[in-house]
Amino acid sequence: MCLAVPARIVELHDSCATISVDGILRDVDVSLIEEPRLGDYVLVHAGFAIHKWDQSEVEELEAIRAAGDLRQALA
Amino acid sequence: MKTLLHTIKDLAGRLKRDVRFMEVCGTHTMVAFRTGLVQLLPPNVKLISGPGCPVCVTDTSYIDAAINLCRRPNVIIATFGDLLRVPGSESSLERERASGAQVRIVYSPMDAVNFAQEAPGKHVVFLGVGFETTAPTVAWSIRKADREGIKNFSVLCAHKTMPHAMAALLKDKQVGIDGFICPGHVSVITGAAMYRFLCAQYDIPCVVTGFEAWDMLKAVAMLLQQRVDGRAMVEVEYSRSVTERGNTAAQELIHEVFEPCDVNWRGLGTIPQSGLAIRAKYGRFDAARVLNVQFGEAQVPAGCHCGEVLRGVLTPLECRLFGRVCSPMNPIGPCMVSSEGVCAAYYKYEKRAA
Amino acid sequence: MKRDRILLAHGGGGSLTRELITKVFVPRFDNPVLKPLEDSAVLVMSGKGYAFTTDSYVVKPCFFPGGDIGKLAVCGTVNDLAMQGAQPYWLSLSFILEEGLLLADLKKIVDSIAETARAIGVEIVTGDTKVVERGKCEGLYINTSGIGRICTPNWWGASAVRAGDFVLVNGPLGEHGVAVMSQREGIAFSSSVVSDCAPLWPLVKTILDVGLEIHAMRDLTRGGLSAAVCDIAEAAKLGICLDESSLPIGREVRGACDLLGLDPLTIANEGKCIVFCPQENSETILSAMKQHPLGKEARIIGRVLPDPKGMALLRTTIGSERIIDMPTGEDLPRIC
Repeated sequence: MCLAVPARIVELHDSCATISVDGILRDVDVSLIEEPRLGDYVLVHAGFAIHKWDQSEVEELEAIRAAGDLRQALA
Repeated sequence: MKTLLHTIKDLAGRLKRDVRFMEVCGTHTMVAFRTGLVQLLPPNVKLISGPGCPVCVTDTSYIDAAINLCRRPNVIIATFGDLLRVPGSESSLERERASGAQVRIVYSPMDAVNFAQEAPGKHVVFLGVGFETTAPTVAWSIRKADREGIKNFSVLCAHKTMPHAMAALLKDKQVGIDGFICPGHVSVITGAAMYRFLCAQYDIPCVVTGFEAWDMLKAVAMLLQQRVDGRAMVEVEYSRSVTERGNTAAQELIHEVFEPCDVNWRGLGTIPQSGLAIRAKYGRFDAARVLNVQFGEAQVPAGCHCGEVLRGVLTPLECRLFGRVCSPMNPIGPCMVSSEGVCAAYYKYEKRAA
Repeated sequence: MKRDRILLAHGGGGSLTRELITKVFVPRFDNPVLKPLEDSAVLVMSGKGYAFTTDSYVVKPCFFPGGDIGKLAVCGTVNDLAMQGAQPYWLSLSFILEEGLLLADLKKIVDSIAETARAIGVEIVTGDTKVVERGKCEGLYINTSGIGRICTPNWWGASAVRAGDFVLVNGPLGEHGVAVMSQREGIAFSSSVVSDCAPLWPLVKTILDVGLEIHAMRDLTRGGLSAAVCDIAEAAKLGICLDESSLPIGREVRGACDLLGLDPLTIANEGKCIVFCPQENSETILSAMKQHPLGKEARIIGRVLPDPKGMALLRTTIGSERIIDMPTGEDLPRIC
């Protein structure tokens, strides 16, 4: 059971935050991560943020997704 | 990507023998099949799917217990979508819903707590199935319900943890494993250090892996390199999310609400200390206790080989029921019906046997 | 396990729906007009070809971003006619209303039906109304049946599809499903995705006006692109291979699918269709589609193969192939 998706915090409330996954907005609980801030990237599973990413980690994911597209690699 | 594939081919060629790497996460199974990456591997590198689907390793008796609960007039079952179509010994939650039982799909265990608040005359039972990634979210929901004095919510707990199951697989002579692709999101919670004992005691390389096709192929390359070098250590491919220590707040929460217990894994038998039970302190949220749930004997349908498939001993294509009697439309065991079950993945994404 | 009751998935346009049709309905009604099981039946009267179709609309909520059940009730039926190459002329309109439904809501929906019909040039010529007790239907259900005049020089359908044909789609996938899902209790999320609900006849007319041979069209409704290609591959006894990197999927639809663990290929659409045509005609037809507002983002997404017979495949972005399976019929959000 490992489906977790990267998302960006776009609003902060008490113990929850509104996150955006490519423009899809949902409220998630941020009690399991430390000091969530507006603009932070988090990993979301079952309505909870379970890990906070920094910018370099986000860029790493984008690079991996691009590298994984063989068509782009061959083009 | 091309370089990575060349590296894999080169390393596999140096090994000259078959190697079997096992992944133990349902999401890894789905990624492997959805992207077809298995086809890109050299013939001597076998990727096998182990017991990484928490729905598949849950006893039929649990589904039967959930079905019995949902037949009670004042009970609402709240469940992740993954469990809806899983067959029990005679019925499924989907079928019960069609017969009028209140079964609600939720995305988060907190949704179940919210339902309970909105429906004070009913008792909401959340089906707590999942590994260490999910356990803290359920623990948090129980604790929140406790703090808010919610009296009509409980969890039918079947959570399990990975390390002892992985060790059990290695003790089984029938299951030959040359390396583990370790579950990435479980490791976000537990930390990568958790797998060190496997390397030390069983001389097995472990790579904690992310969920893009690239991540899984990189992990295969890393495992092959370890085998070529004669190493057996924990390496983290998924470094963007996984640390040595993991999410300590989540770990403390699991520890506060749950305690380890012995539990039966379908296909693997009872594995000591591999399950999570709700502690007495939160006993009023333990549905089994509060609602006096009776669990029957675990039953395996005749001819069903889900157990061997889960242990990686058989591939789905080697099960006589696969594609003939057992299909997503008519699943015999959970491996076929769960969206991440290995048989469902084979059925969807590979050529069918029959 | 015996299946002795109707499940929600039986209405999902996937494998369970197909099972119901082939095992319960067709054996009892079998006749040559029904046999092709295309989007519309083709009737020949006085030497002219007419298309006849029916559809029921039970979407919840009744009002969703980009439309409402009324607009859907016209577009859905008109689109089934258009997929047979038929210009829509007449619709019947039946209501099943729930006791307690607000008259203001009904009027809004009827206004929407009238406006949509007028814009397409189709007339509502007969109708019916029933009312059921509170709680027996959620708000209202609508059925529309439609008749159109076939304008194509050749039969359009799975039996006309040939190996070597190209497959085109008119635009991004999954918008209707995501727009409706976002309103649903239990998995609520906010998005700016708007249903793509639209009448396809004007686009089909544009394609017809090009004057080149078309073999089939199918609109992508419940079960999404997956259900449509699986259906056609099976009926045509040919293989269809789609190219994953060519599939147009919007950012937000992808986000919703990532969040909920859904497959964008199985999500409902209400203004999208696939076109099967000979390879040599595909570029011209594609250009014509792109000139039309409903085809601005049209793409060639795959081709028809002689093998594997009856199966649809996807060539993935990492260069592998995997099977596109018929969805079972209920999009369940997963966390795994």
